[in-house]
Amino acid sequence: MKTIFRILLGSIGFAACAAAAQAEGTVTVVSWGGLYTQVQTTSFYEPFGKATGITVKSEDWNGNLGQIRAQVDAKNVTWDVVIGDSAFAKKGCEEGFLEKIDASVTQGMENDFLPGSITDCGVASVVWGYVIGYDERKVQGKPTSVADFFDLQKFPGKRALPKRPESTLEFALMADGVPAKDVYTVLATPEGVDRAFKKLDTIKGDVVWWEAGAQPPQLLNDGEVTMAVSFAARLVGPILDDKKPFGILYDGMLYDLDTWMIPLGSPHKKEAQEFIRFASAPERLAELATRAGYAPARPSAIALVGKHPTANVDMKQYMMTNPENLTNAQRIDAQFWSDNLDDLKERFNAWLAQ
Amino acid sequence: MSAPLSAAQMAGASPVAMPADIERAARRVERRQTFSAAMLVLPLIVLIAFAFLIPVGLLLFKSIDNPVVAEGLPETLIALQSWSPADGLPSDAAYLGLKRDIEKAKANGSLGVIGARLNQDTPGARSLLQATGRKLDAVTDADPRQAFITIDKRWGEPEIFGAIRNAGDRYTFNYYLNALDLTRNTAGDIIAKPEGQRLHINLFIRTVWVSALTAFVCFLLAYPIAYLLAHLPARRANLLMIVVLLPFWTSILVRITSWIALLQKQGVVNDALASLGVIGEAGRLALIYNMTGTIIVGTHILLPFFVLPLYSVMKTVNPNLVRAATSLGASPFTAFRRVYFPLTVPGIFAGSSLVFILCTGYFITPALVGGQNGQLISNIIAYHMQQSLNWGLAAALSTLLLVMIGIVYFLYTRLVRDQR
Repeated sequence: MKTIFRILLGSIGFAACAAAAQAEGTVTVVSWGGLYTQVQTTSFYEPFGKATGITVKSEDWNGNLGQIRAQVDAKNVTWDVVIGDSAFAKKGCEEGFLEKIDASVTQGMENDFLPGSITDCGVASVVWGYVIGYDERKVQGKPTSVADFFDLQKFPGKRALPKRPESTLEFALMADGVPAKDVYTVLATPEGVDRAFKKLDTIKGDVVWWEAGAQPPQLLNDGEVTMAVSFAARLVGPILDDKKPFGILYDGMLYDLDTWMIPLGSPHKKEAQEFIRFASAPERLAELATRAGYAPARPSAIALVGKHPTANVDMKQYMMTNPENLTNAQRIDAQFWSDNLDDLKERFNAWLAQ
Repeated sequence: MSAPLSAAQMAGASPVAMPADIERAARRVERRQTFSAAMLVLPLIVLIAFAFLIPVGLLLFKSIDNPVVAEGLPETLIALQSWSPADGLPSDAAYLGLKRDIEKAKANGSLGVIGARLNQDTPGARSLLQATGRKLDAVTDADPRQAFITIDKRWGEPEIFGAIRNAGDRYTFNYYLNALDLTRNTAGDIIAKPEGQRLHINLFIRTVWVSALTAFVCFLLAYPIAYLLAHLPARRANLLMIVVLLPFWTSILVRITSWIALLQKQGVVNDALASLGVIGEAGRLALIYNMTGTIIVGTHILLPFFVLPLYSVMKTVNPNLVRAATSLGASPFTAFRRVYFPLTVPGIFAGSSLVFILCTGYFITPALVGGQNGQLISNIIAYHMQQSLNWGLAAALSTLLLVMIGIVYFLYTRLVRDQR
C-alpha cells in the first residue's frame, strides 16, 4: 500500500514537473492539417523554435468554432494560436471568445498587408480561395468561365461542390451572369437568393457534395467528377507533386484570408503573439507560398516567392493575388455571411433535402 | 422463551440463545459488507453521474435556457412589455432603454453575443447591433426614435422589436418551435415556417427510416453469421469471430474511405460489373453519395453490434429442443420457425435496438457518403454545435431525438413482448 502511495505521489510530481516544463517554453498552434500544416511546420514552427527556444506543439482542427468557445467557456484553454477564416476572427471577437491582439504584433508592417488583414482579434497569414478545378483528360476543350461549370451540355459529367451555402450561392450567381464584384449586392436581396437556388437547381442532380477539403481533388482523381469547386492549393499540390492532369480555372475565384487568432484566456498569450509576429515575416510567408501555393497576405513577401522545389515551376502563377488570376474574383464577404449564414444555411439544407 | 428467533439462531448451529452482543457483531459485519459493496460500485456511480447524467441534464437545460437577451437588453424589454406590433413603432422609452442597454453591452463586451442571438431569428440583426453600437452618440433624449432610424432604417420597422421581445424570455420554448419547423411572428403567435425553410421534421422522419432500414439489413446479414458462429466447431467459429471483430480495430474513417474506393462510379464494384458486361459504361451504378451509400456503409459499420448479442443468445439455445421437435415429426423448417427462431428473438431485439440507436446518432458516415439526400438530423445537430454555435437549437433537436428514440424503443419493446 505504502509503495503504491509513493508511486502515485511520484507520478503526480512528475506530471506536475512535465506540466511546468510545458508551460515554460511551448505554444500550441492549431491549423488545418494535411500538407498545409506540414509546410507550416517547416516554414514557421521549426524556425520559430530555433530562433526563440519556444517549442511549437502542432494540433489540427477542422474549423469547429465550438471547440474554441467550449475551451473559453470552461476556462480551460489549451490552444494558444489558431488559424482560420477571417469570418471566425470577426465572430470570435464580437462574441468575446478571442483575445484582442496587441498593435505591437504588427508594428512596422501595417502598410505591408492586403486590405483588411489586421483586425482587432486577427492577423492574416495567407490567402486561400475557392477555384474551379477540372480533369483535363475528361473535359473537351478548355472551360473559361463559371458559366461553363454549370453547363452540362458543353461539358458533360458530374460536378463537385462544397456542401455549404458559402461560395456555392456565389458561384451560382456568377454562372447566371452576375459579375464577381456585384455578387453580394445581388445575394443580399430575396430575389437574388431565389435566383441562386434556381441556378443550382439546373445541376442539382449531377452534383457530388463534399465536406472536407481533401475530397474534391480525390473526386477528380477517381474520375467521379469532371469539374470540382476546390480550395486552390489543394489542386496545386497534386498538380506539382504528383503530376496530376488537373486544370485550374481562376474565373469567379472567391478568396479569403487565413487568419491567426488567440483564444481568450490563452495561458501563453505573450508567446502566441511573438509567434504570430515571427510567422508574419516576409521570408517565412514566401517559403510557405513557394512550397504549398498559398499567396502571402503581405505584398513584400510575394516578391520573394520562387520556384517550387521539386517541380521547378515558378509559383507566382499559382498565387491568388496574381493580377492575371484576379480578373473576375471576389473576396468572401465575412460581414454578409455573419449576418445571413444562419438563415441561408437553413434554406440551403432544406433545399438539399427536398 | 417466546422471544422471536434472532438471525443467528435461525442460522442455528447452536441450540443455546445467542447473546445480544454477538448478534450486534453480526449486524456490524453485515453493515461493513454492504458499505464496501457500495464503495465498490461508487466509482461507477460517480462516472455515470459525471460522464452521463449531469451532461445530459445540462444539455436538456440548454434547450430552454435563454439568458442572453433577457440579461442583455433588460430596459428595452420592460419598455416593450405593453407594446404590440399593431400599435406601430414602440414608444421613445423603448428606444432610450435600447440606447442604455446597448451602451452597457458595449462596455462589458456582450453586444456581439446579443447580436448573435438575435441573428438566429432575424438575419442581419448582428451587424445592425454592431453598427448601431458604433453610432450611438447620435441618439439624444430629444427624438431618440428618429435618431435610431437615421442610424439604420430597420429601427423604423416593428419586426426587429417583435424579434427582441420574442427572444427576451429568460426561459423559452422557441428552440423547440424551431426544431419542429415552427416560428413566431412579430406579434408572438406561433406559425409554420415558410415552405423553403422547413427542414427538421423531414430529417427526423428520414433518420428513423434510414436507421430502421439499416437495422433490418443488419438483421438479414447478422442472423446467418451469428448462427454459423454459434454452431460451427470452436476453432472455425473463433476464426469467424475474428473476421467479425476485425472492423472494430480499424478507424471508422479508414473504413468509410475504403467503401468510397469500392463503391464509386469508377470504383472496384462498378469496374468489375462493367468488365463482366453486366452493366454498360453508361449504366454504372450510383452506389455512393446517396441514401444507398449511407445504408451500405452504415450496415457494415454497425453489423458487429447485431452479430454479438444475437450470437450470445444463440449460444444459450438448447440444441436438444430442435432435435425434440424434429423427432416429434416437425420438418427442419417448422422446427426452426416454431422452436429455434422464437428462442432467438431476445437477441434480435437487443441487436436491432443497438443498431437503430447507434445509427440515429451517426453523422460522420452520412456526411461523407450520404450526398444530398443522405443527410440526417445528427448532421444538423453537429452543425449547430460546431459551426453556428446555436447550442440552444442543438440541445432542443437532441432532446427531441432522445424523446423520439425513447418512444420508438417503448413501442418496440411492447411489440416484441406481445410477440412472445
